[in-house]
Amino acid sequence: MEKVDNYGLSYQETKTDKEKSKTYHIDKFQKPKARTMLKIENLHAKVEDNDILKGLNIEVKAGEVHAIMGPNGAGKSTFASVVAGNENYEVTEGSITLEGEDLTELDPDERAHKGVFLSFQYPVEIPGVSVTNFIKTAINAKRKAQGLEDMPAAEMLKKIKEKSALLEIKRDFLSRSLNEGFSGGEKKRNEIFQMAMLEPKLAILDETDSGLDIDALRIVANGVNKLKSDDNAVVVITHYQRLLDYIVPDYVHVLADGKIVKSGGKELALELEEKGYDWIVK
Amino acid sequence: MSLQDKLAAAFQENSTNAAVQNHKKEAFNAFAQQGFPTTKDEEWKYTSLRNVLKNEYGIAPAKTADVSAKSIQPYLVSGVDSYKLIFVDGVFQETLSDESDEFSVQLLSKAIEDSKNNEIFKQQYNSLAKGVSSLSDLNTAFAQEGVLIQVAKSKVVSKPIEILYLASGESSALLLQPRNLILIAENAQAKFIERHQSLTDIATFNNVVTEVFVGKNAIFDLYKIQNDKENASLVDATLVAQEKDTVASVFTFSFGGKLTRNNLSFFQNGTGCESNLNGVTILEGDQLVDNHTLVAHKSPDCTSNETYKGIYGGKATGVFNGKVIVDQIAQRINAYQQNDSVLLSDTATINSKPQLEIFADDVKCSHGCTIGQLDKSALFYMQQRGIPPKEAQALLMFAFCADAVEDIKIPALKQKINTMVADKLGVSMDFDEIE
Repeated sequence: MEKVDNYGLSYQETKTDKEKSKTYHIDKFQKPKARTMLKIENLHAKVEDNDILKGLNIEVKAGEVHAIMGPNGAGKSTFASVVAGNENYEVTEGSITLEGEDLTELDPDERAHKGVFLSFQYPVEIPGVSVTNFIKTAINAKRKAQGLEDMPAAEMLKKIKEKSALLEIKRDFLSRSLNEGFSGGEKKRNEIFQMAMLEPKLAILDETDSGLDIDALRIVANGVNKLKSDDNAVVVITHYQRLLDYIVPDYVHVLADGKIVKSGGKELALELEEKGYDWIVK
Repeated sequence: MSLQDKLAAAFQENSTNAAVQNHKKEAFNAFAQQGFPTTKDEEWKYTSLRNVLKNEYGIAPAKTADVSAKSIQPYLVSGVDSYKLIFVDGVFQETLSDESDEFSVQLLSKAIEDSKNNEIFKQQYNSLAKGVSSLSDLNTAFAQEGVLIQVAKSKVVSKPIEILYLASGESSALLLQPRNLILIAENAQAKFIERHQSLTDIATFNNVVTEVFVGKNAIFDLYKIQNDKENASLVDATLVAQEKDTVASVFTFSFGGKLTRNNLSFFQNGTGCESNLNGVTILEGDQLVDNHTLVAHKSPDCTSNETYKGIYGGKATGVFNGKVIVDQIAQRINAYQQNDSVLLSDTATINSKPQLEIFADDVKCSHGCTIGQLDKSALFYMQQRGIPPKEAQALLMFAFCADAVEDIKIPALKQKINTMVADKLGVSMDFDEIE
């Protein structure tokens, strides 16, 4: 008999005396129904005594790219920090869920283990820890949290090789201290390299385009596009439409005064580029 | 009876060697006059011996406990194939120690009686330590045991020489005063690992003097591991005289003990000398570590490199005093000094003092001192990548110390130090893999 599995794929089930078996019919493959990855409802957050997010709602499904744009001080970076769990921000109301699981009470590292990745606007310099060692430590910390053994060295090496090639990162770069003395472009490429290594379910790119020349922008965008799949989601925070020529969003949102005030398709970004925000934000 | 009175009563002029007898007498008189240093002495301003001296120390250990090879195992550097020299309560343990034909070892008590060594005791013995402080004089007056190690010309000792001084006091507090003399002859090379360790929780006070003479073109390395029990205190004076074209390095790893004072002095007596001083201190509770270093640039075209890192939690106190004296004759020298500290709590203290006295005009002397706290934004960044806070903190701290650890030339020792650092930081991380 024909059945439909959790992912919306139909298959033929045959029963014998001993076991059940599933037979998928290749010609009957359908695009699975997208799951909700990130869902934020009525999010309020403050830093010290300043309310920054004032009832933010957004839903991002697997396979989607969302862009968040908005004027300075709208709360874009706060949004990124709050989702990642930065303790400098206090969530006063609302919820953040990833694949239906509530994140609000989790520490930043626990959120990372669930698949949250934040590409920092200003990546932090960590002297004395090389790029390679840092990413190894991060990957194995995640595996440990999942009850897995450390990744075998050979596998790690292969992965590092593959992902650094994707971002056109040279070998000697990997042995340098993390972000120390890196140019703006190197820092951002390194962020996306880490994203590629960690394979997050939800990647938030906080102004990853700032300080990038067009060549570096292409490399970074290409990296992100290669990592995109039906199984993850990307939220791009940016000031400028240019990045969205390379990482094409399914939805564009305007964040102003702590709320999403307008949403639309990718054409909204072009309109914003042309007209600015004044026509939306009064 | 105060400890000083007790010592005065116990002093005996009993050496069979006239030169040594002379030193003892002079040293005792000097000590009797000055007494123990107090915080009124500029050199001891931040380090008070008061609590250490309160204990009722036995001056000569009554009876030495039997110590098995197994019980000392944790205090040896595992994985290092070394020549072991083991002392318990100042008494040499022949059965636990190794012999070698690569160098000569004599117990100090035997060496003094050996007429072959007459020149050494006339010329070198106590020539560096004399009058340096009342405590080194105290050692000279009372030292009973220790080693005279000689490495012959052009000999390269293939394995590190590991010297372990154990205290086994079970009922009464112990004052131990080992005295070492190390002679590395021309063009020879040797590495040493040194540790003072209590086996019980009884108070111990180690007052140690080690004089080292490094001959022309020779290389000398000394690694000090200080991770003693919380009732154990150590005052150490290590004095290194370098001839032409020598390289001498002393690493000091201080993770334990109640009070530790390291007086480390280098005398560059020939041209082309290199002196390296590295230190890592990680403390908590109310521990104190005081690193007093002296580099005496007495010859031209020499270098000195000094890197001390400290991490202080709880109510711990750190002291760093880096003295560099550049004589007028010592032109074109390069002296580098860096002391970096991280304070993990509001109640931890570091007193850091560079002290440069430069009398030559064509020299390069640099010194730096930083005191900071953990970088919160770095911790968040690391946590965002999935590294738990404790591990993130440890990784930052490990990276902070890396400069002072990376030059360790014995791989298994480096591993051991990394493990000790991880242990102190409360994580089970394999930093070795991180390298």
